[in-house]
Amino acid sequence: MLKGLVVIDRERCKGCGLCIESCPFGVLGFSGEYNSSGYNVATMVQPEKCTGCAICAQGCPDVAIEVYRLQPQGAKEAA
Amino acid sequence: MSQLSTQIPEGYVKVFSRPRSLSDAKYTYCPGCHHGIIGRLIAEAIDELGIQERAVGVAPVGCAVFLFRFYNVDFVQAAHGRACAVATGLKRASPNLIVFTYQGDGDLAAIGTAETVHAANRGENFTVIFVNNQIYGMTGGEMAPTTLPGQRTVTCPEGRDVKLTGHPLKVSEMLAQLDGPVYITRQAVYDARHIQMAKKAILKAFRNQAEGKGFSLVEIVADCPTNFQMSPVEANRWVVEKALQYFPLGDLKVKED
Amino acid sequence: MSRVLMRGNEAIAEAAIRAGLKCYFSYPITPQGELVEYMARELPKRGGVFLQAESEVAAINMVYGAAAAGVRTMTSSSSPGNSLKQEGISYLAGARLPAVIVNVMRGGPGLGNIAPAQGDYFQATKGGGHGDYRLIVLAPSTVPEAAQLVMLAFDLSDRYRVPAMILTDGMLGQMMEPVELPPPVDEATIPEKPWALTGAKGRPPNVVRSFELEPRKLKEMNLVLQETYREIEENEVRWEEVETEDAEILLVAHGTVGRIVKTVVRQARKEGIKAGLLRPISLWPFPYGPLRRLAERVPTVLTVELSAGQMWEDVRLAVEGRAKTPFFGELGGVVPTPREILSEVKKHVPA
Repeated sequence: MLKGLVVIDRERCKGCGLCIESCPFGVLGFSGEYNSSGYNVATMVQPEKCTGCAICAQGCPDVAIEVYRLQPQGAKEAA
Repeated sequence: MSQLSTQIPEGYVKVFSRPRSLSDAKYTYCPGCHHGIIGRLIAEAIDELGIQERAVGVAPVGCAVFLFRFYNVDFVQAAHGRACAVATGLKRASPNLIVFTYQGDGDLAAIGTAETVHAANRGENFTVIFVNNQIYGMTGGEMAPTTLPGQRTVTCPEGRDVKLTGHPLKVSEMLAQLDGPVYITRQAVYDARHIQMAKKAILKAFRNQAEGKGFSLVEIVADCPTNFQMSPVEANRWVVEKALQYFPLGDLKVKED
Repeated sequence: MSRVLMRGNEAIAEAAIRAGLKCYFSYPITPQGELVEYMARELPKRGGVFLQAESEVAAINMVYGAAAAGVRTMTSSSSPGNSLKQEGISYLAGARLPAVIVNVMRGGPGLGNIAPAQGDYFQATKGGGHGDYRLIVLAPSTVPEAAQLVMLAFDLSDRYRVPAMILTDGMLGQMMEPVELPPPVDEATIPEKPWALTGAKGRPPNVVRSFELEPRKLKEMNLVLQETYREIEENEVRWEEVETEDAEILLVAHGTVGRIVKTVVRQARKEGIKAGLLRPISLWPFPYGPLRRLAERVPTVLTVELSAGQMWEDVRLAVEGRAKTPFFGELGGVVPTPREILSEVKKHVPA
């Protein structure tokens, strides 16, 4: 199972690439797919490396990224 | 985004998502623009302090002219530069509101200098978020009061000549000299660590207001990829390598009681 | 307080407080200094906010903020200061915010002087700032009337969500007269303002703005303003007529000049000249209809004002060639005597 997971809102993403640049593990890259505004949307290209650190989401200017983390059994969901 | 969340396999918990005070509207900013990050930090601060139902934003003129669309809080649109005067009227009329202005460098540091300085000097009990991106974004990349020496803009195409147009205006340093403000700080949002520091500053600026302490201003040194004619990644680097040389980060005034 | 001797500036201030004024912002300027001073002294004692702004630009924008919060708010100034407020007034009008603006006019243009004048008529009644908007403009001729009109200005401004202006001059501002002040308004009777910024609690967020990028939507916002203006023109035209029934010459004058002309009408009548007066009280909406009806039977309509003929343009629009429309004006803060006006009247009536 992946430790972390990011979900990128395709329609919010403007393909600026800041998330790709900021990810310490090279998880993200351009998808080569374009949204309805014509932006090349970012995606997880190496999902297995994601730790769910949320550095990408912190620096996403369009608040287009949700981040999930695999929780050990019994832990509660964060607010 | 909730429809996306349903694709998440079991066992995962959400550790980052859009703050509640941010509306569903898409930002109107250009790709890579720091406005979006700063806007989110404000929404997070509003959520964390539980003040959404008494927050009122004062939207500026400039790239953030649509600010009122992006939040689930009451908003008033101010004339260019007048946000601090409008906020003064709002807050004096209804002291229970949590009032914040959001202004760029043209708005706050050129046309609205007088309103800003006097609101700060009176110690008006509201919060100012000042986005210093060293250029006029909305009108097409003209020279700002904060444009760096030698920086090219459409109205100083050969680069800013300080002999002709003066030096970048250091608003936070100026305001920190006054007795009125309680908190003047300069932050940036070019990486996750600084984003967290900026968030703490914004939280403090709102908390000061909620506690009735007085005027707080958070300056954020930001970028403008479009008008710098750079990629978002290059513009981000510009902030670190160029802008921060002129606008060093840190607290300029913290008045503790 | 029953009948008291008050200066015009003070009566305006006291009436505003009695109208439920909560926030007053202004910058000092002559000849309305007593108004600011009165507010500084009285308003905080009576639960309101007085704040001396760093400029008239700031003052009108503070008014904009306080109006957005839903309270009764006011600013005052004199001509040069009022010019600085035009930007903010346009925004108030565009955002449909109620507020009362007092302009105690002085001689212009530019720095001019501090003597009484009526040279801001165009600025007050035709927009003043940018865009298609109007203010409700009320012009008192006596100190008691000033007090009444201030209270009316707050009511009309709230009812229509249109900023209202009291347009007067240094003569009235400085003049002392006995005033019967109206009792304070019952604040429960002030209309609710569901659009005001009180925090988005249990309702969607309210947004106060004049901004709309989409042309069709901005047109719609403008049409709302225009409909409101038509409604005001329908319901809120105010004027006074003196000896107009059998008048052979009708004088038109507003504010303090209207008061001087009353004396002129009395003297003319003594000398056998059938003079009458129409004194517009609402300069906008201007009493076009009443004036037009009088012009059907009065051969001469003489406009008298302390300007080069600003209201005169509205008089001619009303008369539309039905009568002769001579003009007598003074400039630079010079106030004509009743005798001077009377000799002007005599030029236009058969000997």
